[in-house]
This record gives sequence, C-alpha cells and structure tokens, in this order.
Amino acid sequence: MVERRPYLTVLTHLTLILGAGLIALPVWIAFAASTHEASDFLSGLMPLLPGDKLVENYWKVLAHGESSAGAPPIGLMLFNSTVMALSIAVGKIAISLLSAFAIVYFRFPLKMAAFWIIFLTLMLPVEVRILPTYEVVAGLGLLNTYAGLSIPLIASATATFLFRQVFLTIPDELTEAARIDGAGPMKFFRDILIPLSRTNIAALFVILFIYGWNQYLWPLLVTTDASHYTAVMGIQRMVAVPDSEPLWHLIMATAILAMLPPVVVILLMQRLFVQGLIEQEK
Amino acid sequence: MTDKRVSFSGLLLPAALLAPQLAVTAVFFLWPASQAVYQSLLRQDAFGLSVTFVGLDNFVRLFEDSSYLSSVQVTIVFSAATAILSMSAALLFAVAADRVLRGSTAYKTLLIWPYAVAPVLAGVLWWLMFNPSIGIIAYILRGLGISWNHVLDGDQAMILIIVAASWKQVSYNFVFFLAGLQSIPRSLIEAAAIDGAGPVKRFFTVTLPLLSPTSFFLAVVNLVYAFFDTFGIVHATTNGGPGTATTILVYKVFKDGFIGLNLGSSAAQSVILMLFVIALTIIQFRFIERRVHY
Repeated sequence: MVERRPYLTVLTHLTLILGAGLIALPVWIAFAASTHEASDFLSGLMPLLPGDKLVENYWKVLAHGESSAGAPPIGLMLFNSTVMALSIAVGKIAISLLSAFAIVYFRFPLKMAAFWIIFLTLMLPVEVRILPTYEVVAGLGLLNTYAGLSIPLIASATATFLFRQVFLTIPDELTEAARIDGAGPMKFFRDILIPLSRTNIAALFVILFIYGWNQYLWPLLVTTDASHYTAVMGIQRMVAVPDSEPLWHLIMATAILAMLPPVVVILLMQRLFVQGLIEQEK
Repeated sequence: MTDKRVSFSGLLLPAALLAPQLAVTAVFFLWPASQAVYQSLLRQDAFGLSVTFVGLDNFVRLFEDSSYLSSVQVTIVFSAATAILSMSAALLFAVAADRVLRGSTAYKTLLIWPYAVAPVLAGVLWWLMFNPSIGIIAYILRGLGISWNHVLDGDQAMILIIVAASWKQVSYNFVFFLAGLQSIPRSLIEAAAIDGAGPVKRFFTVTLPLLSPTSFFLAVVNLVYAFFDTFGIVHATTNGGPGTATTILVYKVFKDGFIGLNLGSSAAQSVILMLFVIALTIIQFRFIERRVHY
C-alpha cells in the first residue's frame, strides 16, 4: 500500500469478502443439499440451510452407493481415486527425475532427440488422441485395471523440464566433490540430487496428486466395470439417470466427498501448492 | 541447450534412465498420435467391414459440414467468454489481495481452493444452482421476470457451462496474477504516486502494462483449459445440448468417435485439435524466449 485511503481499504475488503463468498456459495449449497432427504427437492426452492440427514446420507453413499444408477459405493470409488492419483503423482515424478538426470548430467549421442521426444508429449493431451490411445490400452489388456488408469498419463514434459531447471542450478563443485570422493552417478543422484530437490518434489507432488485425482475423460474410457470407477467420473453415472429426477441429496453428498481430498491437500499445503503451480509453468 | 561443465560418462546408464519415460511416450503418445493421423486419411463403411484410403477427404468434409463449423463457433464463444470472465474476476481479486495488509493469508486461502475441484464437479454444483425447478439462481431469475430453462434454451445452457468453467479457473488465474503483482517493484508504484497519479490511474498506466506477460501467458493457458479440460462439465451437465448448442470440439470428437463410431471423421477432428495445441505451444515458447531477453 502506497498511501492511506480508508475508503479504498474498505472497498478492498468488501471485494475480497464478496469474492470469497461467491467462490464458496456453490459448495455451501451442495453441502446443504447433501443433508436433506429426497422429498425436500420435489418443488419450490431447494433448502439453503443444512438439514438433519447428514450422517444418514453420507453413510448411505459411502457404504452402499446409489445402486439404481449402477454406481458402486463411494468408499470403493474414493479408494480407486486414491490409487490412481498416487500412482500418477509418484510415477510422473520418478520417471521425470530419472530422465532429467540423464539429460543434464550425461553426454551421449541422440540426447537432443530424446529431449524433443519428451517435449512432444506437451503437445498431445489425452483429449486429442482419445480413440487411438484407447485402442492401445485395450490391445494391451489394460481396460479396467489400475495400470490402465495411470500408466498412460505418467509421461510428463513439464515435470522433466522442472527437474532439469533445478539440476542446472546445482553447483558443479558438488558434482566434482562427489566424484573425487569416489561416488558413482547413481550414488550422486540418490545422495545429493534427490535431497537437494526435496522441496521441488514435494511441491510438484501436490499439483500432480490433484491432477491425477481430477482426471475425468480417461477413467471414463478405460473403466467399463463399476469396480474400477473413480469418484470424479462416477458422479456422471449418478447424474445421467434417464427419465427420473436426479437424487440431489445423494449426488451432492458424492460431489462433496469427491472434492474433499484434493481440497484438504491444498488447504494443508498451501505454500507448497502455490510454489508448485508457479514453478511448473516456468 | 545448456550443459553441465562436469558430467558423467557412459552410454548404457543414461539410456536406462531415459527408457521408462521414452517407452511411455512412444506407446501412449507417439503411436496413438500417428494412428490418429493415419485413420484421418481412411474411411470405414457403415459395418466396419471395408476400409478405403480417402486422402484428405475427411478434412474437406469436416469443413463443409455445418455441424462441425457450428461446433467451432460454439468453442470460440465458450473459450473466449470463459477466459475473459475468469481472468477479469481473478485480476480484481488479486489487486485487492495485493493491497490488503491485514488478513491477506486468510483471503488467499479462501480464494485458491477451487483449483482442487474437478471441472466435472464444478459443473454438477452449478447444474444444481441453475436447476430450472429448484435451483436458487433460477429462483432469483424468476423473481426478476426471467424464465430460466437451460434444458431448452441453448444460450442459457452456454451461460451455465461458462459460469461453471470460469468459477473453477478463477483460483488458478488468481495465483498467477498475485505473483505477477508482487513482482512489480514497489518503487515504480511509489514514483507514480509521488507524481500525483491516483490508484486508478496507477493501475492502468503502471500495473496493467507490467502485468502483460502474465496476462498473455494466462490467456494461452485458459484457452487450452477451455478447449480440453472442460469436457467433464459439458458431458455431465448439458451433454452438448440442447441440440448442439454446447457441443464443444472435444465433446464432438468423443461423440463422433465413441458414440457415433465415425472413426475417420473423429480422427480428422483429433488431428485438427493436435495442430491447434502445437501452434499454441510454439507461440508460448517463442514468447517465453522473448521474455527472457528483457
């Protein structure tokens, strides 16, 4: 703040309070809806304040799911989402660390070619190669498996570039010292590079966990069997019930549960999250 | 490419280190992409029995197809509106958050969490708010004399997906605008203040021009977001309808390929989208190179 302007300060706070309220409103409405029973949604305005069916509704979707829509219990879907998000985050970080190490610390023929092949993945998001990627995964027999859900998404140009940037800032003296002490490349990688990149790894992990958890189109394609549905895609099965009013209270309870884990991750690790977000795009 | 002065020797080890990344890239990126290009040049008959090579005919047909052209138009309207809406709201909040001294951390926390909400969930939340019979926004609009029914009215369905997509994206833009604002040297703002420029004038003549790299970067990211990541919003709430009023390009690739089983046309649409992403990526990288120089 450059100068004192009380009116402007009040206006600033009002803007922020209004903004925060507007951002929170849909989730509040969804939460309120998730604590009522089906008969409260038949006519007129939906309830705006929480009701008394919280435990009942959440227990119902967690343990039983909405069986009429063919959706499995949310407990299972949350588990599937966790497995998928963790595999994607860990897998992406692992293979990107290894390839960044190879690109930065070794001289070998075709290095530029490898670099450009990795770079190409940036230009091919899953949405533009839907059908052929599906055919590859089906051909490998990976439909309805955790491997099929995660492996096709773990190649990452941005993570490789990020670790390349980090490694480039690590002083050469460390490498020399390690070599004089007789450390081989893998020992140097394990005992020096990884510890020095710890914060970057943690920040990237937060971003990638959210990325993995929120995947929609890909799980929609490769899971035809309800036992492998993820929470974020499973909700579509509940929404798309033909010829009947949506079961709002159960849909919203599911939505709240499906958004809870990544939101908690952001709230707990806000600083790492902001760092990871900004770093990844550099 | 910059290199380390000190490096390790060997051929087998770097090859082994790169192998997992390259293998995944080859199997799940390069091969499918080449297949998409190949299939875009073929046409299958209705029963999938025979395949003929048709050259660029699938592409020619697309550009003569009014449903494809209308989908292009829908996508442009949708992504431009989403980018403008979410970026202006985020800029407003970022300027405010940059100005407050007390409670700024709390405000930041309250504004960034929707980043974690999947687009499809954002769609479902707003779908309830806008529900014609029980939703609160439809109720308020009714009070104002506007009859809301996005199931029948294409423009209203478009508004629904724009609002849902923007709501989710505000937090991302907010983080980048705030970082951009905080990197502007205070001395510049103070100098302008001493020269007699008020807050509004300072914003438009000093802050906004200095934010232009951030704004350009965000415009590209938001465009990519609106083109691709919003598939879930459309698929779960409007299903591209009513009619084709909200059929964005990605949704059309999915619909024509998986539901209509028109493989040649779907592949041709994929190839066009690929070219679009490649063009955007190149623009962005050229821009970043330029930014490094000044």
